[in-house]
Amino acid sequence: MLLQRIERESAETTKSGANLSRRNFLRVGAAAGGGLLLSFALPSLFTRTSASAAEGSFVPNGFIRIDQDGRISLTVPQVEMGQGTFTSFPMLLAEELEVELSQVEAEQAPPSEALYRNQLVGFQVTGGSTSIRAFYQPLRQAGATARTMLIAAAAGTWNVDPASCRAEKGSVIHTPTGRKLGYGALANKAATLPVPKDVTLKDPKDFKLVGTPAKRLDTPAKVNGKAVYGIDAKVPGMKFATLAACPVFGGKLKSVNDSKALAVKAVFQVVKLDDAVAVIAAHMGAAKKGLAALEIEWDEGPNAKLTTADIVADMAEVSKVEGVIALNRGDVAKALAGASQKLDAIYELPFLAHTTMEPINCTVDVRKDGCDVWVGTQVIGRAQAVAAQVTGLPPEKVVVHNHMLGGGFGRRLEVDFIARAVQIAKEVDGPVKIVWSREEDIQHDMYRPYFYDRLQAGLDADGMPVGWNHRICGSSIIARWAPPAFKDGFDFDTVDGAVEPPYSLPNMRVEYVRHEPPGIPTAFWRSVGPSHNIFVVESFIDELAAAAKKDPVEYRRALLGKSPRALAVLNLAAEKAGWGQVLPKGSGRGVSLQNVFGTYMAQVAEVDVAKDGSAKVKRITCALDCGIAINPNTIEAQVQSAIVYGLSAALYDQITLKDGRVEQSNFHDYRALRINEMPVIEVHVVQSSEAPGGMGEPGTCALPPAVTNAIFAATGVRLRKLPIDTSKLKT
Amino acid sequence: MPFTIKVNNVQYDVDVDGDIPLLWVLRDVLGMTGTKFGCGMALCGACTVHMNGTPIRSCITPIQSVGDASVTTIEAIGETPAGQKIQKAWLDLEVIQCGYCQSGQIMSASALLASNPNPSDSDIDAAMSGNICRCGTYVRIREAIKQAAQGSPASPQGI
Repeated sequence: MLLQRIERESAETTKSGANLSRRNFLRVGAAAGGGLLLSFALPSLFTRTSASAAEGSFVPNGFIRIDQDGRISLTVPQVEMGQGTFTSFPMLLAEELEVELSQVEAEQAPPSEALYRNQLVGFQVTGGSTSIRAFYQPLRQAGATARTMLIAAAAGTWNVDPASCRAEKGSVIHTPTGRKLGYGALANKAATLPVPKDVTLKDPKDFKLVGTPAKRLDTPAKVNGKAVYGIDAKVPGMKFATLAACPVFGGKLKSVNDSKALAVKAVFQVVKLDDAVAVIAAHMGAAKKGLAALEIEWDEGPNAKLTTADIVADMAEVSKVEGVIALNRGDVAKALAGASQKLDAIYELPFLAHTTMEPINCTVDVRKDGCDVWVGTQVIGRAQAVAAQVTGLPPEKVVVHNHMLGGGFGRRLEVDFIARAVQIAKEVDGPVKIVWSREEDIQHDMYRPYFYDRLQAGLDADGMPVGWNHRICGSSIIARWAPPAFKDGFDFDTVDGAVEPPYSLPNMRVEYVRHEPPGIPTAFWRSVGPSHNIFVVESFIDELAAAAKKDPVEYRRALLGKSPRALAVLNLAAEKAGWGQVLPKGSGRGVSLQNVFGTYMAQVAEVDVAKDGSAKVKRITCALDCGIAINPNTIEAQVQSAIVYGLSAALYDQITLKDGRVEQSNFHDYRALRINEMPVIEVHVVQSSEAPGGMGEPGTCALPPAVTNAIFAATGVRLRKLPIDTSKLKT
Repeated sequence: MPFTIKVNNVQYDVDVDGDIPLLWVLRDVLGMTGTKFGCGMALCGACTVHMNGTPIRSCITPIQSVGDASVTTIEAIGETPAGQKIQKAWLDLEVIQCGYCQSGQIMSASALLASNPNPSDSDIDAAMSGNICRCGTYVRIREAIKQAAQGSPASPQGI
């Protein structure tokens, strides 16, 4: 998504690391109550814009505190949602600070009003696989600065040359004499010293922690029920609520008879909003029972008859016309006209829900003079802003208590449900916890957009591509979510994964036709723009290879002259998967290759297709180069996770509309892969010293084309639409 | 109507309608939020607890059906030998990501291990396929159940 920006930013940072120690990045001083406090400005999305806008100002959003008893705490703006950030960040700090990982405690920062004044800066966000990529350098820099100052404090105490001292396991040691002082004892003195202009970062080959499989720090509370997610918030006097929103997007509440609901034991109140009804009770069981007893009439509004087919027909029509040009290299028209062979294809991807395991929920206490919100969110600043907007209170009167997230996947980048919860809570005396049923969670999600893409390619006499045209048609999430980044009719997220494939394609054009579906809100979904583009590009490249009668791996190799890192992961995945070895009839291998989120990845899928058309994914072999691997343990886990998420969607999932309503409602018709359906997953990591890439998402978008390409190899049937339609695979 | 239920060896009196699911009594009335809500239809397993040692989905279990059965939740599963082994293996092998479904996973796995000290892959499939994990931690769940069964000590670094 916003990542090329961040890539450029971190590339510049790496080149001129010393710049980071200037006033705009880091400040040091005494901590309240004693000890050393480093405040630093970690980059947020849109950092480059904000840095120039805020030249000379210093708005810290990360803090390292070293107490006099030697305790070290790191406060970061990111949230933990299962991706391991609360372990990886302390690793980076501990590495440079020369302390044990166990000495660093990670805490999550509260929302800071100062950060959100500027629309461009105002995204305190965890998403887009950006965390490690954006913070790798700054966290190390902060750690190295603290280390240098602690050494200077010790050297000053002993009246010796700092160069004769070293830092080790939370202490400074004077090497010639063996004298030793702990960081806690040095913290006050270090706080009075000037901040060094240049500090030396460790050579990656000397890393002791980074690159080792560190244990997660947040997990012990997750095996005994003690971890507190948003849905577990406990507030004295709290009531419980659940709701029904108009099943048709854009519809309104016409009338409701609540007499039966109010007769249910432990039901206190029925709240009627413009387009929703909520039942307030002493517990969720009563609230659900009360909701079921309501007699509701909806005014279904303009989308009452809408179906998915209407939306797709509309997209098929608007995508006939040329879109906004995202990339235009060479002369595609001429290349296509002169090609020996031409290919045309239409690819379609469905609306998708997120179905985080923790259903959407939010606890709110609205008072005359203030508002408290208990929630798990990827965007804590936006949560505060929306609660302020709905209550009419100034933002500083809104306190957001962020919690662990029972899954994010993009859903908790949105604050629609926080706005809704505050609307309900405004009508309730005292705090109220509002929990969406799974049905409401699925039917009032904000969905990964439907995409309708038109592809054209021309091949030369050898079957190699000479022209490539990709016209993307779908909703722009960026236009709604980050309007300043929507420029001249296109956004970089919707075309991400389409404009910069690893292949050498001399004549290439990518267009974007924006189409906003009526009656269905769209949002980011794990692997964002590439979640659709990689399926399209990697399937179509496979079509080209087939048209050229060439092996899909060989064909890709021939196009990778300028991308050695892509070639390396492709070769590694092919080798480990036994590419080329004969498989029984009805089985096939398929490959995908990509460079998105700063990580190169290839996947090889092995699939069996039965006579009834059912497809069994047996094995996924994944090779990746994510630059420096911070925590190999987390990388393997994130790849497995991303593959399962992608496979669930590829095999089973789509959100469809009939009569303006989402047809799916729970895990029986919006499925998640289960343990008995798991393929074998192998993850192979290429050792690399390049800047770190993102890991939360690449595995999700790489998966579907590997599977459908394998199905093609097994059956000869090319699937250009997800989810996989097994009726097309019957033999 | 008042009910007396036994949860983690403690008796509780609760006054709710008889058709209210055990899940909400545990979470909202008794404040034991370790047991999770995921689907409300016994499709995902997040709400799994033990009733007399048998795993059940508390989201579809009416309180009136509990009677004098002994209910065990994630908060107390560590006091059973199987639960303790499972929790340890879960941490040793770094199974957990977001962790939300893991209460249910651990309850299902503990019940499996208590009744079958040496589960095969198909035993694991049968016992665990009712528990969904959207983070996709299944590879490690399987490994952790096997490790817990063997009782083999984990290496200090886990994996």
